[in-house]
Amino acid sequence: MTEYIIRRVLQALLVLIVMTMLVFFGVNVIGNPVYIFASSECDQACLDAIITDLGLDQPIWRQYLTFVGNLVQGDMGRSFTHGVPALHLIFERLPATLELAFSALVLALAFGLPMGIYAGLRPYGWGAKLIMSFSMIAFSLPVFWIGIIMILTFSVQLGWMPSVGRGDTVDLGFVEVSFLTLDGLHHLAMPAFTLSLIMMAMVIRLARAGMREVMFTDYIKFARASGVPERRVLGAHALKNILIPIVTVLGMEFGGVIAFAVVVESIFSWPGVGKMLIDAIAVLDRPLIVAYLICVVFMFVTLNLLVDVLYSLLDPRIRLGGGKA
Amino acid sequence: MTPVLELRDLQTSFEMPEGTVHALRELSLSVSRGEILGLVGESGSGKSLTGFSINRLISPPGRVTKGEVRLHGRDILPLPDSEMRKLRGRKIAMIFQDPMMTLNPVLRIETQIRDVLLAHEKLSKSEVRARALAALDEVGIPAPEERLRVYPHQLSGGMRQRVAIAIALLHKPDLVIADEPTTALDVTIQGQILALVQRLCRDRGTALIWISHDLAVVAGLADRIAVMYAGRIVEEGPIDDILDAPAHPYTRGLIDSVPVPGQRGGRLRQIPGRMPALTDLPTGCAFAPRCARATENCAEVPQLMPFGEDRKVRCVHPLAAGEAA
Repeated sequence: MTEYIIRRVLQALLVLIVMTMLVFFGVNVIGNPVYIFASSECDQACLDAIITDLGLDQPIWRQYLTFVGNLVQGDMGRSFTHGVPALHLIFERLPATLELAFSALVLALAFGLPMGIYAGLRPYGWGAKLIMSFSMIAFSLPVFWIGIIMILTFSVQLGWMPSVGRGDTVDLGFVEVSFLTLDGLHHLAMPAFTLSLIMMAMVIRLARAGMREVMFTDYIKFARASGVPERRVLGAHALKNILIPIVTVLGMEFGGVIAFAVVVESIFSWPGVGKMLIDAIAVLDRPLIVAYLICVVFMFVTLNLLVDVLYSLLDPRIRLGGGKA
Repeated sequence: MTPVLELRDLQTSFEMPEGTVHALRELSLSVSRGEILGLVGESGSGKSLTGFSINRLISPPGRVTKGEVRLHGRDILPLPDSEMRKLRGRKIAMIFQDPMMTLNPVLRIETQIRDVLLAHEKLSKSEVRARALAALDEVGIPAPEERLRVYPHQLSGGMRQRVAIAIALLHKPDLVIADEPTTALDVTIQGQILALVQRLCRDRGTALIWISHDLAVVAGLADRIAVMYAGRIVEEGPIDDILDAPAHPYTRGLIDSVPVPGQRGGRLRQIPGRMPALTDLPTGCAFAPRCARATENCAEVPQLMPFGEDRKVRCVHPLAAGEAA
């Protein structure tokens, strides 16, 4: 197990190194950020001074080495526009995004699993058809459309839900969270639900497919034939088997949900990192874009690592791979 | 003495879009305490379905539509599902064909044993452990403490089948239905498992229904034999009598299809044709189209008639002793 994790960590490191190169060179070949700083009266000498100041006169490989050198010391550079460390900006905004994403994940599992399992057990009933239609709609409709319709319905027409912001937050010392106050939950509900729809649709489909497959296996028949109560058969014997693909897919999807919460955050004016990224791209704030992308890469790599570890906890055949077959 | 299990005129049917298909018909048989009944037939003859009809685990749309399943003289067919669940594993246990598939791949052996124990008894943690160890010890598993911790894929096929047998016998059931439990094993392991099951059932007076397509296996194990063809029992009686002098032409054909040591090079006799599909049964005797002795008298389904002492055969033209088909 330990050896397996070490191997995976090394692989993850390699991916990180390659990604820093791609991201750094990718962002640094487009546009010229000097003009963000230069006023209209700035002459060539003034421009040169700015270029030297930003280190843009150096060859790009040296710029990269400097960047990596700073990176390993935890310095991702200062945002051109805000003048504060980019990482600081990201960490300031990240809790809001994480909270949104985790809420979406919880919603997706809390509703998706039971619905999928039900649809898998009674695949021909009208309940299953209803659930599957819902999952298809949730998967196919564009997120921004659902978000706008929800605001129109629940905020504008009915006036039940707030459409903007996080609401009251509670300071936990290191992060501020919304979900601990009633007002915060009220604000969180619509964006989290909107963001969870695609994940929920996927959980429903995977749970249904898994259930349909698992229920015909001999080990489920054997458990039933041995008198194991139905609740235990479904809740433990079947569930643990169908969770394997769900964990895999959700783990990958979850990174995407955090990274691309952009749309939902924009619609509901949720003060997260997604909104920040859009603004940074608009003004070519290189350090902020690079820092954000590196963070996303780091997150994906970490999530994949977590998924692999979690996976091996669920499926002993992987954990002990290389041992007795 | 009332038999442990008695099936009376059992009929199991499947509601298909094309109409109702009767997969089992007029099925009557009985097993007494300590007796081993071999249930023999080709694939599709309904022998496995008989097992699932007894403990009512037929996958929909199949269900028992007629007849009685008497356990110690009491018809258990009208019992509600909750009562039926209490009988499974406690009174009627089942062992399946493929030991790779009967144990849940993601649960430890201990968990699987515990679930079956707790399905019918209230036990403390240490009691569960003691019972589990004793059960593994009884089926000849070395170092049971270690085996409790492992997952099925860490055990060999023979070991897995031993574990499955241990689980089936946990509650000292009155009846064990073994559905080809040695088919997937090596011949030497097969012999061990056969001896083990035979010993355990004899010691405890457990009635055993051994479902198999392998006449050779049944010959060495069973006290009585019932031969199934196309959902009906065609011949039934003490094993030695039937093997020595089969009365039904199909039984004769089955026996002749088994290679005999010492007759190398001789042509095996085979039964021409194949078993008709259940959706497309001939009006009369289902075996008539393949039978050399068939006459116009076979155009009606023959009754299962007493034949000699303690035997029954469903044939208009039963074979006399020693007669070829």
